Amino acid sequence: MATQHSRIAARFMVAPSVGLLFVWMIVPLVTTIYFSFLIYNQLYPDRQGWAGFDNYYYFLTDRNFLQAVWNSVVLVVGVLAITVIGGILFALLLNMPFWGQGVVRVMVIAPFFVMPTVSALVWKNMFMNPVNGMFAHIAKGLGLEPYDFLGHAPMASIIGIVSWEWLPFATLILLTALQSLDSEQQEAAEMDGASWLSRFIYLTLPHLTRAITVVILIQTIFLLSIYAEIAVTTNGGPGTASTTITYQVALKSLYDNDVGGASAGGIVAVILANIVAVFVMRMIGKNLEA
Amino acid sequence: MARKTTTATKTLVTALAWGLGFLIFFPILWTILMSFHSEGDAIKSPFEMLLSPWSFESYAEVQTRSNYALHFFNSVVISVGSTLLALVIAVPAAWSMAFVPGKKTKDLLMWMLSTKMMPAVGVLIPMYLGFKNMGLLDSLTGLVAVMTLINLPIVVWMLYTYFKEIPGEILEAARMEGASLRSEILYVLTPMAVPGIASTMLLNVILAWNESFWTLQLTTHDAAPLTQFIASYSSPEGLFYAKLSAASTMAIAPILILGWFSQKQLVRGLTFGAVK
Repeated sequence: MATQHSRIAARFMVAPSVGLLFVWMIVPLVTTIYFSFLIYNQLYPDRQGWAGFDNYYYFLTDRNFLQAVWNSVVLVVGVLAITVIGGILFALLLNMPFWGQGVVRVMVIAPFFVMPTVSALVWKNMFMNPVNGMFAHIAKGLGLEPYDFLGHAPMASIIGIVSWEWLPFATLILLTALQSLDSEQQEAAEMDGASWLSRFIYLTLPHLTRAITVVILIQTIFLLSIYAEIAVTTNGGPGTASTTITYQVALKSLYDNDVGGASAGGIVAVILANIVAVFVMRMIGKNLEA
Repeated sequence: MARKTTTATKTLVTALAWGLGFLIFFPILWTILMSFHSEGDAIKSPFEMLLSPWSFESYAEVQTRSNYALHFFNSVVISVGSTLLALVIAVPAAWSMAFVPGKKTKDLLMWMLSTKMMPAVGVLIPMYLGFKNMGLLDSLTGLVAVMTLINLPIVVWMLYTYFKEIPGEILEAARMEGASLRSEILYVLTPMAVPGIASTMLLNVILAWNESFWTLQLTTHDAAPLTQFIASYSSPEGLFYAKLSAASTMAIAPILILGWFSQKQLVRGLTFGAVK
């Protein structure tokens, strides 16, 4: 029962948030669109003028473009697959009774608190380094040849690092959801002779749908803008083997000083992200309404 | 748990859970252990390193090489400052969305979240140039403003879901008793919302502390938080594992401890109230 008075007050109270976000979104976006049609390179200040669609043409026909799109997709889908599946398995395990749940919880959540630059540096040097890293020591101990993870399998290595960062998040959310599962229902199904697998598929999994949706939504938001992990470990290389769209645009603006080209790339990135966003939002909207 | 489990199963589950938990935690543990050894020992094989004498030299080295106190201070100002600012802006919005919802409230919330989907690189250049023109590059003011805006949608969402759970009848009762809008918010709503606001704050401090795109792009030294401090240890120069470990430990320790103490509230808040 809202009064007229409180309705007007409500509008005033929402206004700052909406206004700020709107400005934060629109002003830089419009500026980026404007720049993307200009010949604007800070290294050549005398070359100026309209570029038309040239910047877009060069960005989209760059031979690295398709690979960058592909790498972005591989990164997001790879990490989502690992963290969701791994998270479900972990959550199922941690939901069973065992000694020392508190301690295990503390150990499992820890990577979530580590800043991306630190986790990337730690994995790169202390673990994946082919000379002094832990994996190299283990390989040598077993009489094997040490493997240069970031040199030979850069995308897989980055996916591994990012998955390590996000697995705790997925596990804990899914665990929270599991704990509210109706145990009587489970027992009834068990008494009726339902196998573990069919109980999992027909009771547990549907119960987890909402939690899985939340995990996918939140992780997608953060995974689309992964930057530090790539910058610290491979710099997008070797060559362009681990360059994503995000990273390629950052390279263009920071190292080539090509404002026009980078802006065009940024707009392409925004359009691609929006396609993903519409897709994910649809799915979330449907699942969260209920 | 009504179901009975045998001691054997429980032992097996305990072993598995501890093993997996330890594996996940291991990289952090190893970094901390390595930070207490000398550079020479840090590159030895894992066993040799563990057996070598403990040393604090890498912490001393990091201290002389970079100004930890400055970057720590910057991280605190940026994460706490932006969180408080975002709360001030978001609390009224979340309040009105939760208690005076209109037809468009759901769409508005979805739109807010969708702004988070926009890749930062898309707006990096105008932000960078704008900051440069306004003299905000490498300034705390600029970073606090950016962080506030980045986390605003999440703050609004989280607060909204917490406020939603407060029964509206209580507010109506207060209104019947003649409480004004202001006292309604101050004396009825706020005390009930404190746990929700606290966990929103926590999560945001953590997110802002660890944010590594804008903090790396918009700072160089003066306003650089710990993310930038640690990035300066990324280029190898001779032996640097122990130094890197010490710097890493110093960068993550504050938030790791804060996070461990508050993990229950965190997990609850992280789900946007969608998972119970």
